[in-house]
Amino acid sequence: MTSRNIGLALGVFLTIAASLTGLIIIPNWQFRELQPVKKADGTQYPVPYFGEQLKGRGVYIDQGCIYCHSQQIRMKGYGADIRRNWGTRRSVPRDYIFEKPHQLGTMRTGPDLASIGSRQPSAVWHALHLYNPQFTSPGSTMPRFAYLFSEMKEGDGLPAGAFPADVIKIPPQLQQNGVTQLVPNERGKALIEYLRGLNKTFPLPEAAQ
Amino acid sequence: MSEEALEMAPQGEAVSRIEVDRSAEWVVTIYWASSLFWLLIATLAGLISSVKLHSPDFLGSYEWLTFGRIRPVHWDTAIYGFGGTAASGTLLWLQARLCQTRIPFPALLIAGGVIFNVGVLLGSIGVLMGQSTGVETLEFPLYAMPLLVIPYVFIVIANFRMYFTRRSSHTYVSQWYLMAVTVWFPILVLAAEACTNLGAVDGVAQAVANWWYGHNVVGLFATPTGIAAAYYLIPKVIGKPIHSYHLSLLGFWSNAIFYNWAGTHHLTGGPLPAWTITVGVVGSMMMFIPVITIGINHHMTMLGSFHHLKTSPTLRFAVMGSMVYTLSSFQGSLESLRSHQEITHFTHYTIGHVHFGMYGFFAPLMFAMMYYAMPRLTGNEWSSARLIRIHFWCTLFGTALYAGAMCWAGIRQGQMMNDPAIPFLNIVAFTKPYLMLRTLAGLILLSGTIAFLINFVRIVQPHKLRFVTPTLLNTERDYKLLLEKEKELKQNDK
Repeated sequence: MTSRNIGLALGVFLTIAASLTGLIIIPNWQFRELQPVKKADGTQYPVPYFGEQLKGRGVYIDQGCIYCHSQQIRMKGYGADIRRNWGTRRSVPRDYIFEKPHQLGTMRTGPDLASIGSRQPSAVWHALHLYNPQFTSPGSTMPRFAYLFSEMKEGDGLPAGAFPADVIKIPPQLQQNGVTQLVPNERGKALIEYLRGLNKTFPLPEAAQ
Repeated sequence: MSEEALEMAPQGEAVSRIEVDRSAEWVVTIYWASSLFWLLIATLAGLISSVKLHSPDFLGSYEWLTFGRIRPVHWDTAIYGFGGTAASGTLLWLQARLCQTRIPFPALLIAGGVIFNVGVLLGSIGVLMGQSTGVETLEFPLYAMPLLVIPYVFIVIANFRMYFTRRSSHTYVSQWYLMAVTVWFPILVLAAEACTNLGAVDGVAQAVANWWYGHNVVGLFATPTGIAAAYYLIPKVIGKPIHSYHLSLLGFWSNAIFYNWAGTHHLTGGPLPAWTITVGVVGSMMMFIPVITIGINHHMTMLGSFHHLKTSPTLRFAVMGSMVYTLSSFQGSLESLRSHQEITHFTHYTIGHVHFGMYGFFAPLMFAMMYYAMPRLTGNEWSSARLIRIHFWCTLFGTALYAGAMCWAGIRQGQMMNDPAIPFLNIVAFTKPYLMLRTLAGLILLSGTIAFLINFVRIVQPHKLRFVTPTLLNTERDYKLLLEKEKELKQNDK
């Protein structure tokens, strides 16, 4: 081993160590101090995911929604995110302190979902959209997630474990093959709850600038 | 004797090229055969994903084939399955040739290749079953990752061993790149896994780690291997030395220093402090230095030797790769600018760029390596010049169509998205014809892959009879006739 060989190995090691430190370790120190803020009603923002929403987040990840949907709003004047009504303000690091793994996304084959819960609070809308996107968004290229639902025909009894409140009626003009009602299964319900909970509209002070 | 003089002195008797190739035959063939298998899988997965984007009901009732699962399987089998094994085979053979040593620990390396394949397979099945980690490019479930990392450690050891016991008196530029890859890649994977899936960092720092990795896995793994191959093959085939030693030194170190920092441009406009993005943009713009120096070195070497493109399959792929390296790198640097990202950031433009780089630069250089080395490793010649021609033109046209359609569609898609008066579903409708063109491009690339696979399967079969001259693009080869003659010969033996 000559000094030149060691110089090569050490040099290339330092290049990667430098970017690792500069881009990840140092910003992480900066972000680690971020805490949730207290809202006027005593609750805090953001809150960690739990229960149905946490489970639904898992479904969002396992179905790979991230490959077509982002969850980040760009600032006013940069793109048209806010004018498209995808959000009310730009997203900031504090919005993501409980996100593990992050689901920022890099594609908008479909619209941004950072605040889909405030845009579409209806569980029925989400169920119909997930079951068959053509119901709510004709011409959409989103895949159907029919496997997250049990289909019910006229006169069918409730699937095991489902409550009457879970049943979603398909509007008559959209009914196909005699399927008149839907019941989201456990994963479907969780995904809908997660999507309804996505809301980054709380006006964080640092997002106002 | 001074240290300098010691380094100049060969450290033992050089091993002849034939001996090097004999030691490499099994190891490298297994890596490259795996890479072509995964290329086929990745292409098929890509095609399914592509069709789903314009015809969402295609295979729509199978949960394991939903777009959000088959799409990451496409990229992971492409980058790890195809890229990982193609680059590792290239690294081992090139380093052995340039160090004039036999490939060390062949049994270990073969075992490593098998384990790596099992890892990619398990990881892909995991993602199809819904066990993705949710971190782009690192989707494989954690249980699959050791199967990818441990075999790579074997390759690192073999590479260091060859480099430090080399018989050649000097080092060639390709060797620096190969050494650098083996230092970078393990650190890259381990650090990125630690920062994302193992939870060492929080919040948006994960996103930075994610794209530091996502960009560097191309820039510090695929790219240096591709450049190393181009530096080796172009002078070798045309029989001229590389244009400038000093430029290659500048190109190497500027690439090493700046590429690292470029990844954050994948988060432009995102919820991060402006400086992290600015660093990424600066890093991307500084990449003009290595790209231009490497470009000058490759293209100036080629100057006056373009007539060889008529005959040499290796050179055709190598020159296509090095030319697209220049073009796609220019594109990539410009793409990082904020004004560019405002339009193209969340669009198909990025997908077009990735394929331009991976299938226009990296893949052709790996193909060039295989076209050059396989006859030397196996002692057989390529059985059909026509299949090579099909492979080349499919690669060229398929990539051009893919990148052209996606980049153009992406620009328009981005402009329309930035105009809130245009309903979102109109944009979806606008992109559909381009997405269909992309499926066509995928079919063309698949045809090329199949042509190459047929040739590859034939060259690794043991033959009694052989073509005695190299397969050049203007030769006509009749493989059937060869097989018939071989049959006759066998019967005569009996």
